[in-house]
Amino acid sequence: MIEKDGVAPLEMVAKEFPSDPDILYKPKAIIECYKEIPCNPCETSCPFDAITIGEDINKRPHIDFDKCTGCAVCVYNCPGLAITVRQINDEGALLKIPYEFLPLPQKGDSVNVINREGRVIGQGVVKRVQNTMRQDHTPLIHVETRKEHIMDAMTIEVIA
Amino acid sequence: MRIKAHPILSFEAQKAVPFTYDGQTLYGLKGDTIASALHANGIKKLSESIHRKRPRGFYCAIGNCASCNMVVDGQPNVRTCITPLKEHMDIRSQQGKGQVK
Amino acid sequence: MKQCESIIIGGGPAGLRAAKALLESGARVCLIDRNASMGGQLIKQTHMFFGSEKQHASTRGISIQHKLLSDVMRYGSRIEILSETHVVGVYQDKVIACMKDDRFFKMRGEAIIIATGASEKHLPFENNDLPGVYAAGAVQTLMNEYGIKPGHKVLMVGSGNIGLIVSYQLMQAGVEVVALAEAASQISGYHVHASKIKRHGVDILTNTSIKRALGETEVTGAELWKLDESWQGIEGSEWTIDLDTICISVGLAPLSELFQQVGANVEYVRELGGNVPVIDNTYQTTIDGVYACGDAIGIEEASSAMVEGEMTGIYAAHAMAKAHPNESTRLKALEEELAFLRSGPHAEKIRVGYKKRGEVS
Ligand SMILES: Cc1cc2nc3c(=O)[nH]c(=O)nc-3n(C[C@H](O)[C@H](O)[C@H](O)COP(=O)(O)OP(=O)(O)OC[C@H]3O[C@@H](n4cnc5c(N)ncnc54)[C@H](O)[C@@H]3O)c2cc1C
Ligand code: SF4
Ligand code: SF4
Repeated sequence: MIEKDGVAPLEMVAKEFPSDPDILYKPKAIIECYKEIPCNPCETSCPFDAITIGEDINKRPHIDFDKCTGCAVCVYNCPGLAITVRQINDEGALLKIPYEFLPLPQKGDSVNVINREGRVIGQGVVKRVQNTMRQDHTPLIHVETRKEHIMDAMTIEVIA
Repeated sequence: MRIKAHPILSFEAQKAVPFTYDGQTLYGLKGDTIASALHANGIKKLSESIHRKRPRGFYCAIGNCASCNMVVDGQPNVRTCITPLKEHMDIRSQQGKGQVK
Repeated sequence: MKQCESIIIGGGPAGLRAAKALLESGARVCLIDRNASMGGQLIKQTHMFFGSEKQHASTRGISIQHKLLSDVMRYGSRIEILSETHVVGVYQDKVIACMKDDRFFKMRGEAIIIATGASEKHLPFENNDLPGVYAAGAVQTLMNEYGIKPGHKVLMVGSGNIGLIVSYQLMQAGVEVVALAEAASQISGYHVHASKIKRHGVDILTNTSIKRALGETEVTGAELWKLDESWQGIEGSEWTIDLDTICISVGLAPLSELFQQVGANVEYVRELGGNVPVIDNTYQTTIDGVYACGDAIGIEEASSAMVEGEMTGIYAAHAMAKAHPNESTRLKALEEELAFLRSGPHAEKIRVGYKKRGEVS
């Protein structure tokens, strides 16, 4: 339970995904910000106005998947690191994950894929490490993993 | 105990600052406080409590709690967590209230 | 004795914004802090802040510090900064006593603003005085200001935002956080912060507290136990963890010594963190010309500290017959911003606190 251990159960996570799974053939931001907190950088940073919180910044963010391009600007602007970009293709699942730890993985590295409980659920391959000045020390790891992990993958672990 | 690499911060290389702790020569870095230099050398016990002689380290690190008091260059009750380290300081653990000379 | 139009004690977000407002109003400012750098708590906040653009949301605390500081440094000779200077006394004739490098001196101002922030609370348990038991903010100072790890394996006690954020920062510094214990049955900080550490392997244990620290001369372990719904330890539920650091994050208390010392009225408001000065609607304490703002008048956030600081600066300037160029529009906007910051579900405690304060004072 998220109130007790910080883990959002998959039923809760599923509600943040597009109801039509085909939408995920294009990259989309999945926002896991379940409680009302006074915060809105996701809304103000999105270049495509895909996220709405509104006047009262305590409200939860709402995403319009038609507008979201999966650009991931909101991902590195979110102070809660609560957003990931996810996409499926014929081979697997592709995620853009915010990762503020050292060492950073390198392109081509094999990494452990971790779920919300902090457990290793499989392996993935790093496709790109995006770390520009604009991101201000919140690198994005583009990682490809197996399709069945599209929902439960949450972060990565560098294999020593 | 020094952080070598950090994902957000960069700690620039600093000049080594020699000092003595209970007579033994140790090194801190420019920018350290006395307590941070000792901690970087693995020394956490800074003093002993007044009555029961229990070991004490710092607690707040911002000069509020006085649990880090030590004898510095002969002067007792120096709050080492906010006192900058200087070259050749003579730092000693403090027993009890300390004696003002 | 040294004279200065306005004296601000504490260079955190509240003090810095008060300085800016006074400078904009044409006043001279002397800003004093016992720390080597100005910025207060912001100096060690490596995480991105919440809020909206007005509160610099999504910017890291350390970058907000740089911005606030450059905002006041622009005024050149009208601002004087005294760092590593500890204010040890404030007197009713608006004289303050300071210590710098073992040197004692006094200063007089027309307005004095006390923005000294807060100190961290401790928790009673056996051996809580062992070296290796540190306040969470102290650990943050050690890591983020001095670049030193507090230890190798840490237990965090307390799941408020500070406990959650410092746990994350410990991990970023390469320290293992073995567990986070919370006495209540639910995590008290933002869930996004909790999820952030949980997915990187930290066990969050609710209904759990520390029974005692283990070790002779320094911490070598911790004994934890489960608590029942009335927060009583359950005999027989104890277990131990090997570790070298215990980090306590059970809340902050406003630093009220200077208010008590100057003879200003102080009242106890639990929701605001403890003893807080009675203030009027211009942030003036019961002592004429002595003002207060930020965490020193109630534990809140940097965002509200900045708003209060600016308002205090404007009011103090007004009292010295130095009107801020946009006095009334600015005050109205700040008033609205503050109400807005205190409007959400997470600010319930603050609202109760301010209501109570209104009733007592
Ligand atoms: C881990 C952590 C995370 C936080 N995260 C956030 C966040 O995400 N968003 C947010 O809005 N807020 C956050 N806060 C809260 C925020 O940092 C504080 O509310 C804010 O700094 C209060 O500002 P202030 O100016 O009142 O006090 P402070 O920042 O505490 O500054 C007070 C200053 O006064 C000085 N001082 C005290 N006594 C004396 C004296 N006698 N003589 C001289 N100088 C003195 C101190 O050295 C200090 O520099 C966080 C706090 C912590 C600890
Ligand atoms: S991924 Fe890009 S387009 Fe989609 S919500 Fe985030 S910022 Fe907007
Ligand atoms: S920026 Fe992140 S934490 Fe803030 S409201 Fe948006 S999703 Fe939530």
